[in-house]
Amino acid sequence: MSASETLPVTTAPRSRAFTGRVTQRRVLRSEWTKLWSLRSTRWSLLFAFLAMAGLGPLIAAVTVGHWNRLSPHDRATFDPINTALGGYHLAQLAIGVLGVLVISGEYSTGQIRSSFMAVPHRLPVLWAKAGTFATVTFVLMGIASLIAFFGAQAILTQQHVNVSISHAPALRAIIGTGLYMIVLGVFAMSLGALTRNTAGGIAIFAGVLFVLPGLVHVLPASTFDAINPYLPSNAGADVLSNTTDPGMLAAWTGFAVFCGYTLLALAASALLLVRRDA
Amino acid sequence: MIDVRGVTKRYGEKIAVDDLSFSVAPGIVTGFLGPNGAGKSTTMRLILGLDAPTKGTVRVNGCAYRELSAPLHEVGAMLEAHAIHTGRSAYNHLLALAQTHGIPRSRVEEVIELVGLSEVARKRVGGFSLGMGQRLGVAAALLGDPATVILDEPANGLDPEGIHWIRNLLKRLASEGRTVFLSSHLMSEMAQTADHLIVIGRGRLIADTSVAEFVRRASSDTNVRVRCTRAPELREALARREDVEVQSTEEGLLEVGGLTGQQIGEIALQAQIVISELTPQQASLEEAFMSLTGESVEYRASAGEENEASENVGAAA
Repeated sequence: MSASETLPVTTAPRSRAFTGRVTQRRVLRSEWTKLWSLRSTRWSLLFAFLAMAGLGPLIAAVTVGHWNRLSPHDRATFDPINTALGGYHLAQLAIGVLGVLVISGEYSTGQIRSSFMAVPHRLPVLWAKAGTFATVTFVLMGIASLIAFFGAQAILTQQHVNVSISHAPALRAIIGTGLYMIVLGVFAMSLGALTRNTAGGIAIFAGVLFVLPGLVHVLPASTFDAINPYLPSNAGADVLSNTTDPGMLAAWTGFAVFCGYTLLALAASALLLVRRDA
Repeated sequence: MIDVRGVTKRYGEKIAVDDLSFSVAPGIVTGFLGPNGAGKSTTMRLILGLDAPTKGTVRVNGCAYRELSAPLHEVGAMLEAHAIHTGRSAYNHLLALAQTHGIPRSRVEEVIELVGLSEVARKRVGGFSLGMGQRLGVAAALLGDPATVILDEPANGLDPEGIHWIRNLLKRLASEGRTVFLSSHLMSEMAQTADHLIVIGRGRLIADTSVAEFVRRASSDTNVRVRCTRAPELREALARREDVEVQSTEEGLLEVGGLTGQQIGEIALQAQIVISELTPQQASLEEAFMSLTGESVEYRASAGEENEASENVGAAA
């Protein structure tokens, strides 16, 4: 049934042919369209993908090329998993910035009013944004980290320092990368919703992820030891790291803490989204 | 049908809308008139559930906007022309809106055609002119084939042909039985489009009247221009009546206030004075509007910025 037949442009209101209601599934489709129809999304995701997939193998190739000149200590501490997945340090910047933009971009342009006029309950918009962005991030970062892992191990076979994916922490670290990126993205998105401002959202994101870890170093050692493992960046990164430093939380414990922070931020943004004037 | 009852909206200390009540009926075009900063945009945001009123209730088709399960079918609205992400194409913007209600793609194509944006529909909205943005806003408003259409300053940025187009479109929408509510700060524009007027100033209701009544009231207290021989004599004769004001700007010409042309003619006949011209000086609608809202404009000038900065920008652009 073609809608143009059933729905002339100027039907009287009472004879309307469609009366579709707003559902969460429909809002998800709408947000999917919104996500991919922006150039900034495509560039950010491409950048994150290339960084995640390419940086690890690149570092592996450089390391292998210099292997004979490395000190015994360097060789002993060389970690084939962390090297392969090292691209996450860069990729997380792109994912975080995009996460903030997913919402703050709507506020800066006024689009948010159009969005809320279509979905006046508002929360379905937030859930749909989180859902679509998380799915895209997980799939892309999951694939990228697989490429990074196998690419890097293929290069590392030249010096026989590679590991197999069946090596216990390897698979966890690969899946962990995708999971970490999801939670990080949703965390950034919540900051975008809380600040309603691109610059502010990105500043807080960068502050929490990149500045806070440096800042706690100036605290007294005992305080530092107590706080450091619980920083979002440290707690979150536990799950995608091969080795766990003695002072840090266990992989999944750390990830749970990271999820906790994100849920708090998301809950706060949901509360304010409904209460504040748009 | 829009029903605003005792609505007050405060932003901090500032009262943007002050105990405002009115309703907008279906089947006619209702103009929402007021100087910049009078609270028009705020009222529209309250109607659309974007802002919550401090006091009072707003209902659209009998329901609070936030309770509507399919709002785009009930109400189509255009706020500022560019409440649209600049990085997206017109088509994708409309498609994303349509998808929230399961509205088919064919309808998106249809409204694009209706507003005449077919050729630029795939281009990024950031490059649109103000007029194209307005047309896209109208397309978004009509997307869900809504029973109520709300447009904020729709004529802004449109060329004469575009203004003609939107005027006819609004009249047609109203003739189909829809509720059409549009704001403007230009009285002349309203006189040609609207059937009914809601006039506000300083966030308060100033008038809720038909356009015809507004025009009649505006011209009731106007002067009559009289050209005659022996003007000073006629002046004397007229001035004997109570509450009559006579002014003379040039020889043989009188501006008479407080009497109708008929009364002046009779007085002139009694005095046997020949009249060569007798013209009621209708105050223009713009003047009537100004005198009606004058107080609120003065307030605005001293109160500084208001919550409708966007309107000013739109008007200036």
